[in-house]
Amino acid sequence: MSFISAADADKNTYDVIVVGSGAAGGQTAYTLTMDGVRVLMLEAGRNYTPATETPMLQTNAEAPLRGSGTPEKPFGFWDATIDGGWQVPGEPYTSASDDPARQFVWWRSRMLGGRTNHWGRISLRNGPYDFKPHTRDGLGFDWPMNYEDLAPYYDKVEMLIGVYGANDGLENTPNSSPGVLLPPPKPRVSDLLIQQRARKLNIPAIAGHRAVLTKPLDHKRLPQLLHPGNAKAQQILAADMQKRAACFFATPCGRGCSVRANYQSTTVHLPPALDTDNLDIVTDAMVRAINKRPDGKAEGVTYIDRKTGAEHRVKARIVVLAASALESVRILLNSDVANGSGKVGKYIMDTVGANFSGQVPLLENLPLHNEDGVDGLHLYTPWWLYKQQLAGKLGFARGYHFEFGGGRLMPGMGTAAGLEWLNGGTYGRKFKEDSRRYYGSFVGFAGRGEMIPNDDCYAELDPKVKDKFGIPVLRFHWKWSQHELGQAAHMQKTAAEIIDAMGGRYSMQPQSGEKAIKQGGIIIHEVGGAIMGDNPAKSVTNSFGQCWDMKNLFITDGATLCSNADKNPTLTIMALAWRASEHMLGLMNRKEL
Amino acid sequence: MSLDRRTTLKWMFAAAATVPSLQALAYASQPQARDVTANQAGYGTDPDLTKEWKPGGPWPLTLGVAARLTTAALCDLIIPADDVSPSASSVGVVDFIDEWISAPYPQQRADREIILPGLTWSEAEAQTRFSKAFAALDQPQKEAIANDICNAAKAAPQFATAAKFFAKFRDLTAGGFYTTPVGMKDIGYVGNVPLAKFDGPPLAVLKRVGLA
Repeated sequence: MSFISAADADKNTYDVIVVGSGAAGGQTAYTLTMDGVRVLMLEAGRNYTPATETPMLQTNAEAPLRGSGTPEKPFGFWDATIDGGWQVPGEPYTSASDDPARQFVWWRSRMLGGRTNHWGRISLRNGPYDFKPHTRDGLGFDWPMNYEDLAPYYDKVEMLIGVYGANDGLENTPNSSPGVLLPPPKPRVSDLLIQQRARKLNIPAIAGHRAVLTKPLDHKRLPQLLHPGNAKAQQILAADMQKRAACFFATPCGRGCSVRANYQSTTVHLPPALDTDNLDIVTDAMVRAINKRPDGKAEGVTYIDRKTGAEHRVKARIVVLAASALESVRILLNSDVANGSGKVGKYIMDTVGANFSGQVPLLENLPLHNEDGVDGLHLYTPWWLYKQQLAGKLGFARGYHFEFGGGRLMPGMGTAAGLEWLNGGTYGRKFKEDSRRYYGSFVGFAGRGEMIPNDDCYAELDPKVKDKFGIPVLRFHWKWSQHELGQAAHMQKTAAEIIDAMGGRYSMQPQSGEKAIKQGGIIIHEVGGAIMGDNPAKSVTNSFGQCWDMKNLFITDGATLCSNADKNPTLTIMALAWRASEHMLGLMNRKEL
Repeated sequence: MSLDRRTTLKWMFAAAATVPSLQALAYASQPQARDVTANQAGYGTDPDLTKEWKPGGPWPLTLGVAARLTTAALCDLIIPADDVSPSASSVGVVDFIDEWISAPYPQQRADREIILPGLTWSEAEAQTRFSKAFAALDQPQKEAIANDICNAAKAAPQFATAAKFFAKFRDLTAGGFYTTPVGMKDIGYVGNVPLAKFDGPPLAVLKRVGLA
């Protein structure tokens, strides 16, 4: 079993259809196929081979426009994204409002592995508070599970994909089990200076957690822990882990990695899943709808072969949506299934984002040394004001973390640009001296915070607009609450205080929340739209992503998240997908499905 | 969007607030750059990331001969050769700026509307002040013009638009130069080499910053 054509898939029978091949689809297919389940994966984009397609070590001068982002490659020319961005040609979406502040922008990519090929690899666990936010402050929704329910799956995912970090034991910032994490990279000098000065403000800075192999995975120990009693799975995984190289401390992770030193579905989940011979993948397969059996269960799906335009129908015992939160919502709405609660499309969330940067004289003209490291998040600041916030002293209800960094990174169009505020605008030999002096002396802070689900943020089908396949598209409604706006203002104000404490300076003063906050969808952490819960009247799925109204339909992507903690959601999505997949295995083994 | 002669002249009069010389009018009446409206296609949403890309590859370059001379002179006024590295124009930055302002994307089209009139203004200013082409000015003459426009925040009102042009041109020149191998070496980038381990900052660095 392997990459097959739509015509070949028509002839086969499968236990499970998985729609999507990213973090959720990859994890779901991995867990199921390693346990002997026959899976058909449908991916809307083209096949993608990181080993031969990744630009490793290319410099920006080797790219058009020195690698700058364009509407066709929003994160830069070398970014791994294929046929993706906030706009995808022929696949529109619409906004209900003309006001930019009330518009949501939707990032998609159309490639095997989806967004995992280019993501930031930041892998933070939700903490105990994050599962019971409503209990804690009366806002939003509690999860129908506790941290302890998901903790074993966080361990499993971290061991499988390889996550570096440290167990610092801070409030609501869980430790991993012993032996799970890889060692974190040494901090850069800018990280250490931030840590030293932030400490004076009682702001912590600890080792980051990212899915990058700072050393090779332990192929002798980990497969046994991940697949106890399953010799075949252990053997396959041990062999595959040995094919993944450790990071060689060059090449930004957003390009993907040809030596498989970081996590992307295409280099970590799919190779061993394919090696089981239980996985077939059809690419260029755009799912239109879920088909219903007479008994109300899911029969399978209808999809369009992008290459031929032909429609295909496939059947299975279980259908899993892992198409990305909002694409899964769209499929549900277009299928008119699993929506007895009326909650499909409701409570969509992104991460609150606000950035701030400054220049630090102490970091000027430092002796030259290689600062590439693992690319991002050597250190970070987890949320630290839980007690003040709970006491109502902050004016907003949920926390954020800082992703920060600096250093002499690979020059691009921003290098030595816009120095007028520092040097009064120079040219000639003086400009060259200034460029050397200031390069590497900037620090940037990206605040990333929790958005609370609200009634004003939802997606529905646009009554008129269809995509190039004739499939109705989503129309978005969006509005931040005062919690998000207050948080965004706090992010910039606090970053400025840290820069002050470093003896630094900034060209712009911290802004109001309305001005500081990034537009909804810009951080690309969109979740919700088919939230989980313990009440079928108020949620779409149970804690296993199993739809209340269609028992053999599961959702394993971010659509089921009923809150969006400041922790980047991908690790949680994978942990949920692993847990949901084990639940599916149990139901199939017990012939309940 | 192409910049027609009328727009060029209008911008020139408004910004420079000087009477342009006949030579400048002649310059402005010649095609400064080929029409860019034909450059519609970019590199697409799935470009080959393993092949070698060069200016003129994904879309045609458009700057005319005279405009390239002005561009080169401005590039080297901003980044001249010194003891550490060669000048910007000697390592392909003119081609890069031509690629940039000829590109089909919104940001680059907007920059084109700053750069082309700015080149025209520079030429007109050289003629007005010194009756010579900008590229033919000696260093003190070039600096006399540059000193009026190198700091956008403090430029005199009649130089405000030209100063915005110069800031944009300087950013493009710097980005074009410091991404090249000699530019990266000059500015002190020593990464992009595979390492067996990452050591972090040396002790000397930590001591300088007060961290050791």
